[in-house]
Amino acid sequence: MKTLLVAEYREGRLQNNVNDLMAFANKAGADSTMFLVGSKTDLPQFQGKLYLADTEKCGEYNPEVHKELLLDVVAKVKPDMVIFSHSSYGWDLAPRVAFALKATQISEVVDFVDGVPIVPVCNSKLRRKVTPKTDITVLTLQAGAFSLTDQTPVTPIVEMISTPATGTIRFGGYEQAEKGGIDLTKAQVIVSAGRGIGKPENIGMIAKLAQALKGEYGASRPVVDSEWAEHNRQVGTTGQTVSPKLYMACGISGAIQHLAGMKKSEFVVAINTDKDAPIGEMADVLVVVDLKQFIPLLTERILAL
Amino acid sequence: MNILVSIKQVPDMESKFKVNKEGTWYDGADLAWRMNEYDEYAVEQAVQLKEKTGADLTVICIGPERVKEAMKKALAMGCDRGVHVVDEASFEKDPYSIAAIIAEFARPKSFDLIFTGMQSQDRGSAQVGTLAAEMLGLPCITTIVDFAFEKGTVTVKRELEGGVKARVTAPTPALVTCQLGLNTPRYPTLPNIMKAKKKELLSLPVADLLNISVQQETTRLYFPEKKGGGLVLEGDLGDLADKLIRILKEKTTVLA
Ligand SMILES: Cc1cc2nc3c(=O)[nH]c(=O)nc-3n(C[C@H](O)[C@H](O)[C@H](O)COP(=O)(O)OP(=O)(O)OC[C@H]3O[C@@H](n4cnc5c(N)ncnc54)[C@H](O)[C@@H]3O)c2cc1C
Repeated sequence: MKTLLVAEYREGRLQNNVNDLMAFANKAGADSTMFLVGSKTDLPQFQGKLYLADTEKCGEYNPEVHKELLLDVVAKVKPDMVIFSHSSYGWDLAPRVAFALKATQISEVVDFVDGVPIVPVCNSKLRRKVTPKTDITVLTLQAGAFSLTDQTPVTPIVEMISTPATGTIRFGGYEQAEKGGIDLTKAQVIVSAGRGIGKPENIGMIAKLAQALKGEYGASRPVVDSEWAEHNRQVGTTGQTVSPKLYMACGISGAIQHLAGMKKSEFVVAINTDKDAPIGEMADVLVVVDLKQFIPLLTERILAL
Repeated sequence: MNILVSIKQVPDMESKFKVNKEGTWYDGADLAWRMNEYDEYAVEQAVQLKEKTGADLTVICIGPERVKEAMKKALAMGCDRGVHVVDEASFEKDPYSIAAIIAEFARPKSFDLIFTGMQSQDRGSAQVGTLAAEMLGLPCITTIVDFAFEKGTVTVKRELEGGVKARVTAPTPALVTCQLGLNTPRYPTLPNIMKAKKKELLSLPVADLLNISVQQETTRLYFPEKKGGGLVLEGDLGDLADKLIRILKEKTTVLA
């Protein structure tokens, strides 16, 4: 079996998820080739052939340009599978390439068992085995689902590629996340509020518990999107990555994008009315209870210690 | 100007799921259904654009009879008309088939803009919008968290990892897929819910729009093995608080 691994590069840097791609290829026992629109100054530790387009010439991500470059490489390599990360790059580019190749795409693969991709359903409450019915398959891999154990420094054999394609979509620059304010990455204790808090006033009880534990309060994305908390308190792939001694997830279901931001916490307590909430998988303790009644009582008892 | 917004109805994710007897999907009975969260942002953005430009706005949804509930919500939020593609077996269709149905409907209508959610909450493939755009030959921008339209150009922000955003423009006709937080989806007001009842809701059999076959199949749907998973505490509030404090004292240093 042959795989073509699609690595990513942004703002002058090779993205770490290239390791997930190589780990997948190892697990699948596949022969692999790599594709990257990037730079010779930051090459992946990949043993094999790398088709490299120069980002200086192609500019930052442009789906139409990257699609053409990748299709040229697919025509040369003739892979059985084209592998992306399930990232803002991967989920944007993969369906375009899949469509052009008349290939089916299987998204957010978490495991690969006997050649069959497995993907999550319903916020990871369920899993699904998917059988492709096309000659080529396109996969996107869930971040962190496949990880590389040891890595010896190697350099790939590079072949430069280019395309005249320009496309109609225009990139107009990046906007960085706002800095300043609270820095959750330094907190020893984080008590996070999820949508389960129900209303903005209840941020108060989360903040009080955080204070009682001499920590900070954080939030899941819907709480930030609703402007119940500032963005620098958001934990997850599009927020902060934290590693406190204690993380308390209050009314948070445990979506993969949230877990990605807090899975390095030393001890995790979840407070949730849903016994089957996926956060339970990550938690050292799951307290099945209505947080609105439980948190004020817990705070009171901690303060009384 | 003509706008299309494509929506899906999904189960409430807090539901207690059961696997169907074929073992290939979740059992649809006894579930609470709602509009896919990502699509609420798509509908809101489409309605805002309609209000600004006076455009005509159609909402399309594929599925069995029950999906009309989600469509009624979209109509009450401000869509002009609904097109219900009646399909009892929509749950089995892969993203490619769903995209093909939407593209087949949209092709002769020449929409200037098509809005979809960036993914559905149940399948989460994040493919349908992009595939439909490819089928229609339209530029597509995914995962938008900011949207503006002026003089035939859409200017958006795409959300990347770690809070970084990319500013991107594309000429219309175009398709955009909407991410959480793009706007604040409105709650339908009672008068608008009443008005929505009078809006056109056309039904089309799926066979009229589907002329391809699936590219992938779900061979098994199952509950993941509980791997880690720690202690589960249930019971009296006071006991729970005392137990949790005892555990925190034993296992962590935060109460020391
Ligand atoms: C590209 C992308 C990036 C994303 N980035 C992030 C990110 O950085 N961070 C992030 O958090 N999310 C992110 N998300 C969103 C993520 O997928 C989920 O939608 C989100 O994490 C859900 O937040 P939640 O758990 O608070 O809400 P929900 O999933 O709605 O869960 C609410 C929980 O509260 C529980 N609950 C309800 N009432 C009570 C009560 N009274 N007492 C106790 N429990 C109760 C429910 O059982 C449920 O488990 C991203 C999504 C995408 C697609």
